[in-house]
Amino acid sequence: MARIELKNISKSYGNIEVMRDINLDFADGEFIVLVGPSGCGKSTLLRMIAGLETISGGDLFIEEVRVNDVEPRDRDVAMVFQSYALYPHMDVARNMGFSLEIRGEKAEIIKGRTAKSAKTLGLGALLERLPKALSGGQRQRVAMGRAIARDPKVFLFDEPLSNLDASLRAEMRLEIAKLHKRLAASMIYVTHDQVEALTLADRIVVLNEGEIQQVGKPLELYEQPRNLFVANFIGSPQMNIMKAEFTDNRLVLENGERLEVDVSLALNEVAHFGIRPEHISIVGVNEGHAIGEADVVERLGSDSNIYVNVENIGQILVRYHGDISLEVGDKFGLKFNLDRSHLFDLNGMAIR
Amino acid sequence: MSVISKPNLALTIGKYLALACYLAFALFPLYWLFKISVTPEKLIYTDGIALWPSEYTFDNFKSVILLTDFLVYFKNSIIVSFGTAAITTIIAAAAGYAFSRFNFRGKKVIIGIMLITQMFPLLIIIAPIYKIIAGLGLLNTLTSLIVVYTAFNVPFATFLMQSFFDGIPKDLEEAAMIDGCSRFQAVRKVVFPLTLPGLAATLGFVFTAAWSELLFAIMLINSNDTMTFPVGLLTFVSKFSVDWGQMMAAGVFALIPSCLFFIFIQRYLVQGLTSGAVKG
Repeated sequence: MARIELKNISKSYGNIEVMRDINLDFADGEFIVLVGPSGCGKSTLLRMIAGLETISGGDLFIEEVRVNDVEPRDRDVAMVFQSYALYPHMDVARNMGFSLEIRGEKAEIIKGRTAKSAKTLGLGALLERLPKALSGGQRQRVAMGRAIARDPKVFLFDEPLSNLDASLRAEMRLEIAKLHKRLAASMIYVTHDQVEALTLADRIVVLNEGEIQQVGKPLELYEQPRNLFVANFIGSPQMNIMKAEFTDNRLVLENGERLEVDVSLALNEVAHFGIRPEHISIVGVNEGHAIGEADVVERLGSDSNIYVNVENIGQILVRYHGDISLEVGDKFGLKFNLDRSHLFDLNGMAIR
Repeated sequence: MSVISKPNLALTIGKYLALACYLAFALFPLYWLFKISVTPEKLIYTDGIALWPSEYTFDNFKSVILLTDFLVYFKNSIIVSFGTAAITTIIAAAAGYAFSRFNFRGKKVIIGIMLITQMFPLLIIIAPIYKIIAGLGLLNTLTSLIVVYTAFNVPFATFLMQSFFDGIPKDLEEAAMIDGCSRFQAVRKVVFPLTLPGLAATLGFVFTAAWSELLFAIMLINSNDTMTFPVGLLTFVSKFSVDWGQMMAAGVFALIPSCLFFIFIQRYLVQGLTSGAVKG
């Protein structure tokens, strides 16, 4: 367990700066998820914390100690790799005890710790197998067991579930959540999957193009995205974004609809209006903010996703809880829940 | 329905037949070598091309060992081949690892130069090599051969080793380094055991190359004490006659170390040559 602080961290390859001004402060025992599209720098950031990438600028502290120039092995961090990185020539037990072996622990201690973490993860029967004789899910568990057996200050996860199939992924996600609860250890977790981010994290760090977009609790990001990028990235299905303009003291959509929004805001700067699919309801043709025609209806059982074509605005996605008796081509009105809507200025920053 | 599982008999026979033909073609010269070596001298010309001599004898083997300097050549060849194989593999493993894992300035240039050294026919550079070796006072020494063979084999062996290292995921070393290894420990504990097939393949390749090399050995070695095997074989050729029986017997002996060596490394070699072919 440890507090981790990143101060003005930057990363360059040659003359190209890929990350800048990364300032973060992770509390002891916190579960932090770094999330963003591929190439946003989240893995690089994790690898800098692990010591596998050099830090080009700024300072990294683990437990108040500056570790920029400390070797990975002396940082007391454990990492679970996307590829699992199990040692192919060692059996499960030795894989899990390797770190203790390298540090010169006694054989009984290694055996005890390995057995304990194997039991935690239900790997007891597999201790003598080689990694090639394990299924994907079992390998993933061994990779986690290897980290647990070490009892490190910080756990680092680099997209640990992305090689698993959907049902196994959900199962392992739950297990990681339980693990965090039980160990109360500091964990930093990289993923591009926002479901993992929202379900696991105490706090989420959203990254894009090497810069922090927003840091916050999962629902905070969902409810109060700081900019268009976060608004688009968090939440599935995506938020509907449409152009809006401030004319005659009113906020007007492209279909001419005037929106009754909070006038205390700086409405003259508004350029985009955002509304999540779940905050739109289907009403009679002339009762809502827009009139649309159903283009595609996806029935998921618990929910229905309705893609609606709206004249002058384009396609809007509506999420309806439960099943709905709609056919493609049906016309109806869309009513926006304006209390839950989002406004963004020309630069994509939220107006609050 | 067993349409797929039923092997096509004709196809199977055809496959084995083709393999048998190839084997016969490849092994026949070796058989002939052995046949001549056990043929008594008086029958070598008179027996014609019979597959087995009408009489056989091991006198040729006896006289090769007892009456010629064969054992000296043999010892020299062993020293040169093992020396070359060991030194080349160590250098190639280190260089291959560096090429595979690190990006450093001049990497491309070095690789380019190494490739260039492989482009020239050896004949062109024999004279300068002779001059250098003579200048160093290394003529007629086994050291000269080890140095020259190593220099010639390092580039190819390096590329070979690099491809083996490329096949080992970087994640493994990084995991080891996070687990508490220094880079060197990570290489020793994790990468090295996984590269054994590669090391075996490289050793085998360099060993055979050095074992059968004639051109440099003939140019750089004159004295009987430091002759290697291929050069020694030529002593069976005199001005007026060739002692076929003894020469062939010596040839049979020459096969032994290579065979032993390959029997020893073959289980790594098969893995090595197929590594990277399938995701393992």
